[in-house]
Amino acid sequence: MSLDAKIPQGPLAEKWSKHKFNLKLVNPANKRKYDVIIVGTGLAGASAAASLAELGYNVKSFCFQDSPRRAHSIAAQGGINAAKNYQNDGDSVYRLFYDTIKGGDYRAREGNVYRLAEVSVNIIDQCVAQGVPFAREYGGLLDNRSFGGSQVSRTFYARGQTGQQLLLGAYSALNRQIHLGKVKMYTRTEMLDVVLVDGQAKGIVTRNLKTGEIETHAGHAVLLATGGYGNVFYLSTNAIGSNVTAAWRAHKRGAFFANPCYTQIHPTCIPVTGDHQSKLTLMSESLRNDGRVWAPKTVETAQKLQKKEITAAQVKEEDRDYFLERKYPSFGNLVPRDVASRNAKEMSDEGKGVGTTGLAVYLDFAEAIQRLGEDTVRAKYGNLFDMYYQITDENPYKQPMRIYPAVHYTMGGLWVDYNLSTNVPGLYAMGECNFSDHGANRLGASALMQGLSDGYFVIPYTLGDYLATIGPKPVDKNHPAFEKTKQEVIAYNNKLLALKGNKTVVEYHRELGHIMWEYCGMARTEEGLTHAKGLIKALKADFWKNAIVTGENDEVNAALERAGRVADFIELGELMVTDALARRESCGGHFRLESQTPEGEALRDDDNFAFVSAWEFKGEDQEEELHKEELIFENVKLSQRSYK
Amino acid sequence: MNLTLKVWRQKNSQTAGKFVTYKAEGISEDMSFLEMLDVVNESLTKKNDEPIYFDHDCREGICGSCSLYINGHPHGPKKAITTCQLHMRTFKDGETITIEPWRSAAFPVIKDLGTDRSAFDRIQQAGGFISVNTGGAQDANAILIPKVVADEAFNSATCIGCGACVAACKNASAMLFVSAKITQLGLLPQGQPERYSRVQAMVAQMDEEGFGNCTNTGACEAECPKEITLTNIARMNNDFFSAKLFREEGVHDHVGGE
Repeated sequence: MSLDAKIPQGPLAEKWSKHKFNLKLVNPANKRKYDVIIVGTGLAGASAAASLAELGYNVKSFCFQDSPRRAHSIAAQGGINAAKNYQNDGDSVYRLFYDTIKGGDYRAREGNVYRLAEVSVNIIDQCVAQGVPFAREYGGLLDNRSFGGSQVSRTFYARGQTGQQLLLGAYSALNRQIHLGKVKMYTRTEMLDVVLVDGQAKGIVTRNLKTGEIETHAGHAVLLATGGYGNVFYLSTNAIGSNVTAAWRAHKRGAFFANPCYTQIHPTCIPVTGDHQSKLTLMSESLRNDGRVWAPKTVETAQKLQKKEITAAQVKEEDRDYFLERKYPSFGNLVPRDVASRNAKEMSDEGKGVGTTGLAVYLDFAEAIQRLGEDTVRAKYGNLFDMYYQITDENPYKQPMRIYPAVHYTMGGLWVDYNLSTNVPGLYAMGECNFSDHGANRLGASALMQGLSDGYFVIPYTLGDYLATIGPKPVDKNHPAFEKTKQEVIAYNNKLLALKGNKTVVEYHRELGHIMWEYCGMARTEEGLTHAKGLIKALKADFWKNAIVTGENDEVNAALERAGRVADFIELGELMVTDALARRESCGGHFRLESQTPEGEALRDDDNFAFVSAWEFKGEDQEEELHKEELIFENVKLSQRSYK
Repeated sequence: MNLTLKVWRQKNSQTAGKFVTYKAEGISEDMSFLEMLDVVNESLTKKNDEPIYFDHDCREGICGSCSLYINGHPHGPKKAITTCQLHMRTFKDGETITIEPWRSAAFPVIKDLGTDRSAFDRIQQAGGFISVNTGGAQDANAILIPKVVADEAFNSATCIGCGACVAACKNASAMLFVSAKITQLGLLPQGQPERYSRVQAMVAQMDEEGFGNCTNTGACEAECPKEITLTNIARMNNDFFSAKLFREEGVHDHVGGE
C-alpha cells in the first residue's frame, strides 16, 4: 500500500492557500446534519470542538478527566511560538519553518511545517481575542522571549503556565458552544475502541468511568486528540492519566502508527529520587535563558559533591565545565532539547554527575542573580523556583538547581496526511497524538502551536472536504458493527477483570518503563533493542497471566482503567523498539550509538532513511508491517545540524 | 516513616461512607502525599482489597484534579500548594493523618475521596467566556493592555478550578472561584461587551448549583493553592450590583429611536 500524504503541489508559500480553495465546502444549512466525534479536550481537541461547533456541526466531545479543563496541555509551562516578528529581530514565517524543519533533524514534511508556521500568527490573535492573559510590556504590547533551538524571540508566554492559559481559552470557547447546545460534553468517559463501517470510522465505544457502562456513539467522522504516549516509560513529565489507549486501539483497527521511536527527552527536569516516584517534574526550558548548565570538570570533584562533602558553591570557577557553552559557542545553553539532554547524560555517564545519585547536572542562576538582581529573577521564574523548592527542599536562589533529562513528548503518533486524516477514512488525528510536524525532535514552544494550529485552523477546513464527499445521510447506529465492537470491548475488559494474579499493574508498568528507558531511551543500540524486544514479549505474556486487577466493571474502578492502559503501553513499547531497530541512523531524539559523528552528534543517513515509518498492525503477536512515506525536500538543503 | 491514616471510604454517592484506618509503613520523606497513597494502594491491591480512590492527574500542581481534605485543611497544612505538591517531610513519624473528600452538597462524592465537581464546569458554561469565533480576530497587538491590568487579570486567571475554596468555606460558597473568572475577563478590554451579562449569568448558575453565599470569613483565600484573593469577590459583587442597578438588560429594553 502506498502512502499518499496529499501535499498540495506548487510553491511552498502557496500550498495551504491553494489547498483551502480546492477543498470542498459544506453548505451552511447542511452542517447541522453532521455529527462529529472528538476525543480529548486538550489544546487540539477543545479548539477543534469549539471551532467546528461554531461552523454549525454537531459535536460530541469526550474526555476521561472530570473536566475538559484538566487535559494535560494545561501543564505546559514555557510558551507558544509564532512568527509575528513583533521584536523586529529578523523572524518570519520562513524562518520559523526553517528552524522547525532543522530542529526536527529533517524528518518532517516541508508542506506541513510551513503551514504550521503560517497559521502560528493567527493563533496568537485568536487567543488574545479570547482573553488569554499573555505577558505584556509596559507599553501594553505583547512580550516575547527566546527559546531553545532558535535565535529570535518569538515565544509568547503567560508566566510559567502558558499551557493552562491557552487551554482555558480553548475551554472557554468550548464552554460557549456547550452553552449554545452545539457541543455535547461527555466527561469521565474513556474511548476504548473505534467503530468501522465498511472501512470508514463511524463511531466509538466508550466506558463511563463513573458507572462502568459501555456505550456506543455514532458520528460522520471521529477525531482523535488524545495526546502523546510518553508514559510508556512509566516515569515521564506526562500526567498520570496520559495514555495511548485511544490511539492504540485505533491502530489495531487499521490506522498506521508513524515514527513511534521518536521520543523527546527534556533536559530540564527534577532528578529522580527513588523507586516510589510516580512522575517527573519538568521545569520550563526558559530557565536556560538565564541559567548556566555545568558539571564539575573532574570525576573526583563530582564524587565529593555526590557524597555532600562539598557544596556546589565551593567548586571554583576554573573547576567547572560549562559544557554546553564550551561545545556550542553560538547557541550555548539554548541548544535544542535533544542535544542538551544527550550532553547531560554524557556528563553523568562519565562520572561527572552530581546529587546523591550522580544522575544530574547543575543549572546555575548565580550569575543571573548577580546581573539582574534576585527580584528580577523571581519575577521571571518565581513559580518554577518555588516548585523546585517544594519538591527538593533546596533553595535555588542560594544553590544551583540539579537537573536531569526526562521523557517529555512523543513526536511519533498516528500517521496522518496533510488533511490530518489517518489512512482510515473518517478517522482524524490532531495534536500530539499524530506524528506530523515535529520530525525527530520538537522545538520548545512548538507543541502548543501545533495543537492549536490543528484544532483552530486546519481541521475546520480539511474535515469539511471529507464530510462534503460522504454526504449528510445520518449514520446508522443499528449497523451490526456497533454492537459487535461493543461486545469485543466488554469481552476484553472482562479478560482484564479476571486477572487475579500476584503482581500489580503498576509493577508491570514500572518494569516496562525500566526496559524502555534502559534500551530505548537516550541512547539505543542494535543489541540493546533486540534484547528489549524479548523482554517486552515476556512481560506481556506475564502480564496476561499474573497481573492483579481488583474490583468490578460496574463502578468507579481506577485499577481497571490503569490495566487497560498498561496493556496497551506494553504493546506500543514493542513497536517502538521495532521502529528503533529498523531506523539504523541517528536523528533528533532517536540516537543510535552506531551512528554518530566524530564529535558525538547524531549522524543521519539521508540516502536510506529520509522517510516516515508507518507501521501497520497485522494481528495479535504478529510482526507489524513497515510502510515508508518518502520525505521530499524541495526548499531546504539537508545538512548536518550544527549549533556550534 | 510510619503513619496511621484515617481515610473516608464510600462506595458511591448512594451508599453511606465511613472512616477506615490504614497503616502506611516505610514511607520516605521525599514522597509526595499522593505517592504515599500509591504505596498504600499497592499493598491493598496485593491483598486483593479495593484501593482507595482519589482524583489526581498532572501531579505538578496545575491540573486541579487532586482534592484531599487533610487534617482539616483542603490540600493539607501547607500554604499555596496542592495535595500533589505536599511532601511527606511535612509530617512527623508516627503521626495520624485524617483524609476526607471535599465536603459540599454541590460536590457529591462519587467514590471514596473523589467528588463530582461538574458544577464548576456548568458555571463556566453559563457565561465564563468571550464570544469570539475562530478566525475573526484582529492582530493581537492592536489591543493595548497596560501591564498592571494584564498582570492583575493573570493573577485571577491562575485559578486551577480545584474547589478548595468551596471545601474550606463553612457555607460551601463558590464565590472565590466564580469571581476569579469574572475578574479576569472583566479587567480585560476584550471582556467589556459581555461584562455585566456574564456576571449575572454566572452568579445565577452558581446559585442554582446549590453553593452557599459569602460571609467574608476568608477561609477560601487562606486555603487557595493559587492564592486567589478576596479582592476578586469584591470586584464580582461590584459588577453584580452595577449590573442589577444600571446595566440589567431589562432596564434598557427598548429599541433606540422608537
